[in-house]
Amino acid sequence: MDISLKKELIKKYSPKSPVLKDVIFAFFVGGFICSLGEIIFYFFNSLLSVSEDTSSIAVTLILIFIAAVLTGFGIFDNIAKYAGAGTLVPVTGFSNAVVSEAMDSSSEGLILGVGAKIFNIAGPVILFGLCSGILYGIIYYISLFI
Amino acid sequence: MNDIISSVLLAFIGGGIICIPAQLLIDLTRLTPAKILVLYVCLGVLLYGTGIYDYIFELFGRGASVPLIGFGANIGKGVKEAVENEGFLGILSGGLTAASAGISLSLLLGLLFSVIFKTRQKRM
Amino acid sequence: MKRITELDGSIRFFSYSAVGGYEERRGPLGEKFDYCDDSDKFGQKTWELSEAEMGRISLNIALSKAKLSHEEIDILVAGDLQNQCVSSSLGLSGFGIPYIGVYGACSTCTESLMVLSSFMNSNKEIKYGAAITTSHNSAAERQFRTPIEYGGQRTPSAQWTATAAGSFILGREGNVAIKEYMPGKIIDGATSDGSNMGAAMSFSAADSILSYFAETSYPISHFDYIITGDLGKTGSNLLCDILKKEKPGIEKFHIDCGMLLYDFEKKDVHSGASGCGTSASVLSTHFLPLLESGELKRVLFLSTGALMSPSSLLQGENIYGIAPLIFLENINL
Repeated sequence: MDISLKKELIKKYSPKSPVLKDVIFAFFVGGFICSLGEIIFYFFNSLLSVSEDTSSIAVTLILIFIAAVLTGFGIFDNIAKYAGAGTLVPVTGFSNAVVSEAMDSSSEGLILGVGAKIFNIAGPVILFGLCSGILYGIIYYISLFI
Repeated sequence: MNDIISSVLLAFIGGGIICIPAQLLIDLTRLTPAKILVLYVCLGVLLYGTGIYDYIFELFGRGASVPLIGFGANIGKGVKEAVENEGFLGILSGGLTAASAGISLSLLLGLLFSVIFKTRQKRM
Repeated sequence: MKRITELDGSIRFFSYSAVGGYEERRGPLGEKFDYCDDSDKFGQKTWELSEAEMGRISLNIALSKAKLSHEEIDILVAGDLQNQCVSSSLGLSGFGIPYIGVYGACSTCTESLMVLSSFMNSNKEIKYGAAITTSHNSAAERQFRTPIEYGGQRTPSAQWTATAAGSFILGREGNVAIKEYMPGKIIDGATSDGSNMGAAMSFSAADSILSYFAETSYPISHFDYIITGDLGKTGSNLLCDILKKEKPGIEKFHIDCGMLLYDFEKKDVHSGASGCGTSASVLSTHFLPLLESGELKRVLFLSTGALMSPSSLLQGENIYGIAPLIFLENINL
């Protein structure tokens, strides 16, 4: 049987993801996490009169902490199973990637296990985030002289 | 009080909308989550560099900054400010400085929790 | 060249056992497992050792059912899903029995039975030999996919790697004999999607089934069932579609182990079970007892394997399928 026919058959019989359901879940969970962030921001910025920048950092850190604890107790993956991009795209997804990789590799030792594999998913995010930042920096630096 | 309710609502809507393209990518293209995270961070830098992010942030607040787009925009902002203050060196130092708190806390918790917690068998 | 090797019927299933985890106990075949551990850990520190221990326990159970001591077993043929088959080597090292490690991905169960019967056929001095197959959900997820606590979504075509082991002691007496075996060919699965393995393997199953019937000229109805390993829902539908022209009515005879292990109504199974423990444990808990009791007389049993590695998938290579086949018959009927 030739490959293109096989590919056609696979396409015909592979079930599609329930896109509408997934998108609705992602919207509500992602929205919920962001509105939780807004409430935390309000608490620091308006009630405690902390500066806007520091309050923003506080939001990020608290959400990272919550996601990390949920990952540690084995709850995060059960939420993410339904939420999909809703838990992945907010900073919670980054935190879960770091902590789950670290927990998973602890049996292989602290240095080459946890130490190396903690960056499996977080590494690319940091690498490409920083490098596109550097690229932007170069363009911005040059633009200052024009 | 109305202010806070409307800003929370806007954060909800903005955050929700930003998650939708990612979910479509997962469902329709089978792009792996790691690639989507990278895409969003780079997109954040781009949106910041072009000035579009400011409008999104103005409107949605945490709805724009909590998703990884905000992480990328934060890197962009750090680089821009560092270039203005330190000149050429700022290109290299700005990004990591701006992202340092989030990255450091995640890594610290990762190390700590890898010792405290054990992985559990997934259930269906 | 002939692909099928005929045996004289003297190689029989003497004893067998199945061991599983939490989800397997709760499946339709749950009560027929000899032993299940709800923690899925089998008292071990790492998931890799849990898989190894599962294999060791299942062989011990098969030995005690047969009232044999491990010294009476002349040869072990075993395989699993871990890199370099390390689970089998670690788990079976304590028995001190000559050992052959085999790798056929999820086709390991049939592959090991085929290799073992070939040994026993060529050397009549071998009185007892054992074939052991294991797979563990957490160990496989760690190796092939993402960390266990990572929050990802499984696609509907994805399958659930079974935490299960099956051990088979072959001897010279018993009701169920291995009558024939036929090695599989490596067939291009035409996809590099690691969560659509059932579809990728269906082509190899179709190839083996067609070659078998072309060479033997039996009608399909010669068999009570044509049993595939772990095609799941997606792969089973595909297989029946491929064969519908040349073997009309195949869907009445085809049954898939991957669809029997878990409860589709109650659990979020997606496409079905996978992993080499699937066909091993379903053969041991379901089909062998049915053959033994005479409810079934003749079956074709093909475990299906998806040949790939984490790096071959990252490099965009297609998944290749393989489906070795054995013919089992209750010869005292």
